Amino acid sequence: MSNVLSWITFLPIIGALLIMFVPKSNKSLVKIIAALFTGLQLVLAIWIYMNFDQSTSQIQFREQYHWIPSFNIEYFMGIDGLSVPMVLLTAFLSFICIFASWKIDKSVKGYFAMFLLLDTGMMGVFCSLDFFLFYIFWEVMLLPMYFLIGIWGSPSRVEANGAVRGGPYAAIKFFLYTLFGSIFMLIAMLVLYFNVQDPVTGGHTFNMLHLMDQANHSGVLLNFDLRLWLYAALFLGFAIKVPVFPFHTWLPDAHVEAPTAVSVILAGVLLKMGTYGLLRISFPILPDAMRWHYFAYGLAILGLINILYGAFCAMAQKDLKKLVAYSSISHMGIVLLGMSGLTAMGMNGAVMQMFNHGTGTAMLFLLVGVIYDRAHHRQIDGFGGLAVRMPIYAAVVAIAFFAGLGLPGFSSFISEAFSFLGAFGSEMFDLRLITIISTFGIIITAAYFLWTFQRMFLGELNPKYAELPEINGRELFTLIPVAVLVVLLGVYPAPLLNLMQSSLNELVEVVKTAGPSSSTLLGLF
Amino acid sequence: MLAVGLNHYLILSAILFCLGLFSVVTKKNAVTVLMGVELILNAANINFIAFAKYVDNDLDGQMIALFVIVTAAAAAAVALAIVLNIYQRLKSINLDEADSLAG
Amino acid sequence: MITNAILILLLPLFAFVVQIFIGKRLPRQGDWLPTGAIICSFLLALPIFFDALSNYEAGHVVVQQSWEWLRFGNLEITFGIYVDNLTSIMLIVVTLISSLVHIYSIGYMQGDERYSRYFAYLCLFSFAMLGLVLVDNFFGIYCFWELVGLGSYLLIGFWFEKKSASDASKKAFITNRVGDVGMFAGIMIIFSTLGVFGFTDVFTKIADGGLSGTMLTVTGILIFFGAIGKSAQFPLHVWLPDAMEGPTPVSALIHAATMVAAGVYMVGRTFVIYTEDALLFIAIIGTITAFMAATIAIVQKDIKRVLAYSTISQLGYMMVGLGTGGYTAGLFHLTTHAFFKALLFLGSGSVIHAVHSQDMDDMGGLRKKMPITFWTFLIGTLALSGVPPFSGFWSKDAILASALEFGMNHSAYMWIFVAMLLSAGITAFYMFRLIFMTFTGQAKDQKKFDHAHESPFTMTLPLVVLAVLSVGTIWWGWIEHLLAKPELATYATVAVGAVEHSAEHGNAHLAHTIALFSSIAVAGSGILLAAVVYHWKKISAEAWGSKLKPVYNLLWNKYYFDEMYEATVIRATLWKSRIFAAFDVKIIDGFVNGIATVTSKFASLQGAIDRVGVDGMVNGVARVVGVFSNRLRTIQTGKIQTYILMALFAVLILFVLQQF
Repeated sequence: MSNVLSWITFLPIIGALLIMFVPKSNKSLVKIIAALFTGLQLVLAIWIYMNFDQSTSQIQFREQYHWIPSFNIEYFMGIDGLSVPMVLLTAFLSFICIFASWKIDKSVKGYFAMFLLLDTGMMGVFCSLDFFLFYIFWEVMLLPMYFLIGIWGSPSRVEANGAVRGGPYAAIKFFLYTLFGSIFMLIAMLVLYFNVQDPVTGGHTFNMLHLMDQANHSGVLLNFDLRLWLYAALFLGFAIKVPVFPFHTWLPDAHVEAPTAVSVILAGVLLKMGTYGLLRISFPILPDAMRWHYFAYGLAILGLINILYGAFCAMAQKDLKKLVAYSSISHMGIVLLGMSGLTAMGMNGAVMQMFNHGTGTAMLFLLVGVIYDRAHHRQIDGFGGLAVRMPIYAAVVAIAFFAGLGLPGFSSFISEAFSFLGAFGSEMFDLRLITIISTFGIIITAAYFLWTFQRMFLGELNPKYAELPEINGRELFTLIPVAVLVVLLGVYPAPLLNLMQSSLNELVEVVKTAGPSSSTLLGLF
Repeated sequence: MLAVGLNHYLILSAILFCLGLFSVVTKKNAVTVLMGVELILNAANINFIAFAKYVDNDLDGQMIALFVIVTAAAAAAVALAIVLNIYQRLKSINLDEADSLAG
Repeated sequence: MITNAILILLLPLFAFVVQIFIGKRLPRQGDWLPTGAIICSFLLALPIFFDALSNYEAGHVVVQQSWEWLRFGNLEITFGIYVDNLTSIMLIVVTLISSLVHIYSIGYMQGDERYSRYFAYLCLFSFAMLGLVLVDNFFGIYCFWELVGLGSYLLIGFWFEKKSASDASKKAFITNRVGDVGMFAGIMIIFSTLGVFGFTDVFTKIADGGLSGTMLTVTGILIFFGAIGKSAQFPLHVWLPDAMEGPTPVSALIHAATMVAAGVYMVGRTFVIYTEDALLFIAIIGTITAFMAATIAIVQKDIKRVLAYSTISQLGYMMVGLGTGGYTAGLFHLTTHAFFKALLFLGSGSVIHAVHSQDMDDMGGLRKKMPITFWTFLIGTLALSGVPPFSGFWSKDAILASALEFGMNHSAYMWIFVAMLLSAGITAFYMFRLIFMTFTGQAKDQKKFDHAHESPFTMTLPLVVLAVLSVGTIWWGWIEHLLAKPELATYATVAVGAVEHSAEHGNAHLAHTIALFSSIAVAGSGILLAAVVYHWKKISAEAWGSKLKPVYNLLWNKYYFDEMYEATVIRATLWKSRIFAAFDVKIIDGFVNGIATVTSKFASLQGAIDRVGVDGMVNGVARVVGVFSNRLRTIQTGKIQTYILMALFAVLILFVLQQF
């Protein structure tokens, strides 16, 4: 198992290639191949989990080869405690989503091939340690996502005010928005490339470990102002993916128009790439810029805005899926807040929240899919009293909602609490007021989830849905593993926490202390 | 009595040529045009033989004339075949109607 | 002992898990499983209680053990069990009342279509409540705090087909959340300053001066916010009356005896962190709550609502007890109140079960029909009214004494005692109003009266048990004895100023004497007045009601709290959410779409330029060539004769040209 990261990354692509050779008519074989390969990927991910050394913050399962030697670009894969939870999450959700997509019947081959390609892109982002490679995987993801939303999403429709909405619109919006961000990332990447020396060869390098080492920085990287600009450019690239207010409007559209499984992947994995990028690239490479007061407080304030703004917007939504989409914005705000304080607790809370939001929101989107498949609409007010007709479904929704509103016993409570506690206890920045205001978000969150639950499930049964079938076995099969994970990590989060904390504690220390040694910089603090 | 010289032959062939040319240019009927072509060829033959007799005094001209007669016969056969085909296609051998090359 | 403590906690959890998944398929829909589990918990709690009782000494801790839950670097977060005298009493209270309520529910909920689910929820609640009592740190208490809220949410909304029930459950949860946010903020301050969660660690560090002054006051008040929510204190009391939408046994267990007492318990548990100012804040909130709720209770017609407001009022009493430094008094009242209020609720449940109505205007004369219910209910009422020798008398007297003592030491706060005394009188009045309207006199609704009958054995047994417990003076002596422990001495250097303070003045004895007589006097006069108005009908309640119309309206509408919140907080929140959503769609997304529109407009403009200008030139060249070609093509007739003619002319022209 020496090249396990390459395997885990490229297995889906092998699956996609195999799918190409399956006759069009044999739809079930296509699905079986997809399930098989994502299943294998999940097995590999579990193997990685078992063999991952939790006691060290070092890069593990390292694979390093020359790729384009003339530009010193490497094929460099490796994972540490920050990436492992994301690798697990990606493998887990991809596998689940294959089953959530079982009912797709519009060009099945294309769908599953695209899905597997997407899977490779996501996995690659979390495994690559060469910025160039990272960027390539980052962009690779866009293409299948574009088609998945555009083709298999909801069809185009004209709204009352004449605006054209629907899958194609959302797909274009998502694509262009992300691409817009990527451009800034690309610029920053090139600036870094030309101003960092490989300590061995002395040439330019994309190797992230070299980029993180402040001793290798030279040229414009010694100018604090330019470092700030660089940080801002990287931040913009990642912020769009998170999404941070005010760059978030692609999200409700993309989530709502995408098919269920794609929404799950979007919310469950893709959003995490933004915060992952911040933690993997922005923070350690430009720690002094991160620590710059305006940026640090700005990050916390953006977190605050995300939390409250997302929650308020969610409350006003009439479409259940849109509500879930806005709740994602709100929950990702907690991640931002947690990481902004630069405390071990906050950082661990933030990354845990990334994982737990991944599972929690996956449940929510899967559940929205279940009701949409039955009632063919998602208007919250259009239901009523469903708990009478579909008690099991109602129970699962209740679990997902209570997990979403951060009830103890469910995983997101732990991560939210730690994020808040960490930000509040920050020694570098006084985030106490911001944190306290943010905690009001949990009231709003409780309010909109419970209100929604009441409108959909409680009260008299809407006679229109007296014959609605109960949730079926396949759907439960996709939901139960997620629910189990949500409860398990809520009661005993140590397995997840121990996985990442060595690396994250180290990261916090690095970001708190590291900075270019040049005296010109010190003066500016 | 005026002796028959080279010029007479040339004048004869010129008249023959002009008659042939005339019928080639003006006639609508493809067969008539072909007959005109034959006249032109024979005008050429007369020239060849006349020049051979009066200028070189050897048998080269006659030989070429024989060649021309043979090839003319072959050409006529081919041409008639074409005309026959045109007729089958257009039900007419009027050359004005065979203008599919028109731009 | 530690095994006992763990089992007490885990048995209900186990029962819940089994019941929720396969309860329906078990014989009798599995009601015996949760009931049995909670009774076992009670039996297991008894040894702990007697251990506490027999090892009576300062700061005795029965069980204390913790396990590592998480570890951040070298920061260890533990979860553990901490049982001291207070906990041992709470364990008895919770398990005993929960057991009785389980038994009672077997009769009360018979035939409900979600019968098995009901027991699962009840058991989940018991688990959460026991966890709340047993856990040894702030983080843990917050977790169970919220879980208790979940149990309450599920049980209030148990009959969720009713809109009012689902509204009430939502309201309860969200209102509690408001308080919880404050509590969480307090925990954040504690953790960020002291770096620990465990109660003992926190207390020790505070005693060492790790957190003091205004910050400590603020922390205390923030922690108390949690209690404001959970114990339905002013101004977050609005959820409790609505919570009566739940089944009556639930009201008895959750909204009278245990969950609402959790706030009081928590204040008692964390008593040493409150500074004098924080305690004063608690006392004032308690006073407002006690008086306000008591006055509202006078005019209510719904039997459960009267009890609900009386609960709020009594919780206010407990807070006053704690806030004025009467640690023992407050917690003692918590214990006595739990029993007699559970008794009253279960009794009212019995009445409701019989007449199928909660409106006191439908009742009357039920004494003969339901003797057991009547006599037990009367005992509960006497206890609540503070008539000796019933349990409530002792604890309420202690609180009044504590308030009076506080007033004597700080004369500016004498009004607290006065208000409490007044509320005690009002309490006696409205409780006997309830007795007279329900059990004595003539039946107001003959049809319902004829239908009424005494409740089954499973329902009357708990009533009798609770009634017995509400009488015995000895039993209550033990409890007070246990609580009277100066366990604070261990930490008390900074925080417990009030207690130490009053002892010096030696007002305690005098205060007790005055409180004793005045409380008996007001209780007596309250009962007398109720009898005059509702039994002998010497004074017409209606006449006074219309004479004092504005006051009556104010009380009937519960001081318009719900309307006020509806008009301000709720409307503002909804309004804000709509504004934000519109802002999101119109402005932010509008901006994004605007950029897209501008870009596409620009693109089409450029497209036009490209089409007309650049491509136009290319096409122009082609067109010129085309025009010429068109002209020229006319000579291409396709007729061989024309071509020959042309060749001929050409030759002629060449020939002519050659001549020159």
